[in-house]
Amino acid sequence: MKLDQKSSKMLAYFTSQMVKISKPGMVWLAIAFVFILGGLYALIVQIIEGHIVTGMRDNVVWGIFIANFIFFIGISYAGALISGILHLLRVEWRTPIIRIAEIITVISTLIGPAYILLCMGRLDRLHHLALFGRIQSPIIWDVLAITTYLIGSIIFLYLASIRDLAALRDYPFKSKWRNKVYKILAVDFNGTPKQNRYLDRSLDIMSAIIIPLAVLVHSVLAWIFGMTLRPGWHSTIFAPYFVIAAVFSGTGVLIIAMWVFRKYYKLESYITKIHFNYLGIILMILGALYAYFTFSEYLTSWYGSETWEMEVLYKLFNPNEYWWWFFFAAIIGVVLPIIVILIPKFRNINSITAVSAIAVLALWVKRYLIIIPTLEAPLLPLQDMRPEYIHYTPTLIEWLLTFAGVALFCMLFFLFSKFLPILPVVKADEGNYAQLRKTAMKRVIKRKVKETEKKESEKIKDL
Amino acid sequence: MANKKNKHSRRQFFSKTVPVAIGTIGGVGLVAQSCQQANNDEEKISLLSADGQLVEVNKSALTKVPYKPVPPDEARKGIPGKHFVMVVDLARCRNARKCVKSCDHHHQLTPDRPFIKVLRMQDNKTSAPYWMPKKCFHCDNPPCVKVCPVGATYKRSDGLVLIDNERCIGCRFCMAACPYSARVFNWGEPKHQDGDRPYSPETSIPSQVGTVEKCDFCPDMLRQNKVPHCITACPNGALYFGDRNADSVTNGSETVRLSTLLKDKAGYRYHEELGTEPNVYYLPPVDRSFPFKEAPEGQPS
Repeated sequence: MKLDQKSSKMLAYFTSQMVKISKPGMVWLAIAFVFILGGLYALIVQIIEGHIVTGMRDNVVWGIFIANFIFFIGISYAGALISGILHLLRVEWRTPIIRIAEIITVISTLIGPAYILLCMGRLDRLHHLALFGRIQSPIIWDVLAITTYLIGSIIFLYLASIRDLAALRDYPFKSKWRNKVYKILAVDFNGTPKQNRYLDRSLDIMSAIIIPLAVLVHSVLAWIFGMTLRPGWHSTIFAPYFVIAAVFSGTGVLIIAMWVFRKYYKLESYITKIHFNYLGIILMILGALYAYFTFSEYLTSWYGSETWEMEVLYKLFNPNEYWWWFFFAAIIGVVLPIIVILIPKFRNINSITAVSAIAVLALWVKRYLIIIPTLEAPLLPLQDMRPEYIHYTPTLIEWLLTFAGVALFCMLFFLFSKFLPILPVVKADEGNYAQLRKTAMKRVIKRKVKETEKKESEKIKDL
Repeated sequence: MANKKNKHSRRQFFSKTVPVAIGTIGGVGLVAQSCQQANNDEEKISLLSADGQLVEVNKSALTKVPYKPVPPDEARKGIPGKHFVMVVDLARCRNARKCVKSCDHHHQLTPDRPFIKVLRMQDNKTSAPYWMPKKCFHCDNPPCVKVCPVGATYKRSDGLVLIDNERCIGCRFCMAACPYSARVFNWGEPKHQDGDRPYSPETSIPSQVGTVEKCDFCPDMLRQNKVPHCITACPNGALYFGDRNADSVTNGSETVRLSTLLKDKAGYRYHEELGTEPNVYYLPPVDRSFPFKEAPEGQPS
């Protein structure tokens, strides 16, 4: 494949980075590996002993596994919505960040559902979902939506990477296995005008498909809660609320990942302040939308003051229970990013990244606060003598598995950046494509003109 | 003389001595275990053997065949023509907890995860407290059945909501969906259980780790035309059980018309507004048989 000077320079730089792992990289990898080992230990304990090793009991039947599940599916929005929309709108500055966003999507969509599996009492009966699946159950909607979404986002990432894969195939690596793998994945792509046209069209179609799919996935997720008769869950705005929260956290993770890779691979000339500013503004708008939903949700249930609803609200607003967490998740985690990004004086790469990290953390806490207080407030009075049945506290096993998920996310992300340049190296042939479209349009106009001329001449004949 | 069919179904049969005959009298399965200690003075009973011959055996040689609960597939079909309901007279409950005990015993449950709970209820500060025995409501519009991804919990034609713990995947969505906290989960390996018994959703025995369980209205008893264990265990006759189609319920000592009972005592269903259509009715705690007494310290609910 022919590359222009800029692309070949980039390719040379990234390939040199890809074949080696620096010292800090090794340290990070080792830390992540230790956490993953911890998770593996926890997994084995849980399989042997049963869910008794978790903090979940008959009232709080879902714990931080489900919070992690929603969290990871939430951050997968980075690639799906952000890169999908930016692609369709042909936003110029998207190029350096689009690959990062798409990788976030694929990896988090792989890790998220693992938490559902961890939450299942009988993992050995997973095949029952295929054997006895009932389409009436929101869990089956979820299974169908997430698998479709995962496949869709893998295709999207793959299509967007083909140009780079072709460039890597033609690059002389020292170890031959790389060229072999890239050769298979590049499927004879050579950048001919026809191939470029088809690829761009497929990318357009995929990004158009991935956007509604992503919205659907998080709506279905919200409906798992929304369909039950529980205060704090049984809400009509739950689906859009979840979708907004997801894009909010997804954008936050995208900003953090940009910061990390910018530092690690020294990409200061590619990922610039402009990218942080633009994404920061998107984050701010989403934060405002999210705050609006939060306010609307809690105002309605508080004003109505139904007994059962109030029980959950008392938990959230009680300083001895969840108030400080709620304060952090619903107020600090939203207001702080908005203020910092809104005021130009505060706005810089590091501050935007810092508030993104706070927002992401706040969103995890918010997922916890959606699940646990509601389950701790059943309709019938909780008259149990055992404290663990009244109040949920995650156990070490659950924390180990949670951190293992985060570590796995970081590790896969890092390893992926060693397989494919973290920025698209070969620029999409958009100029060429636009040219093709122009000529095609000209052809259509010519044909139309001819047709009208013909009609008019026929009319004259008739006269 | 014993037919070959029984060889497989009853192992203990051949481990004892020579079998004699098999028969049925009055709907109860009986089997002769031994005729070695044959005593001429003993009372004899005529039985029809499997090959159609009338034989006489000693009464002492007969033992009851334990009721064999139906397998999971068959348990999905309801008992034809029936629709079971329960009525709880709150005026008669004094938190004796005999229903909980007998339920725990018959379902081989440990006290830490009972199917029945007796809750201390007080609707508001000024109203009087009362005890409320609570089982599964076997709703006609069950939220738990709606959300089950694999059909492990299901609604039968006779109104019962049961769980097949051989199909349950342990996602606990049904527990999150049930507004009445009727369900319990086997968080660890269940203890003190008779693991040799063939599993039936109608007995909920044996329990399995990682699956959901709940009050099943004892369908094994219903198949034998008997009432659930909790009904007979209640010393105060607070619990009635019966068939809505036949409009009759019994508390073990008296049998009354369901419609009359509900009309006379203003029966209601708990949280009707949730639209779950429960099959358990409550009679308000008026004209109480016992004054309300607080539970002793440390009593589990």
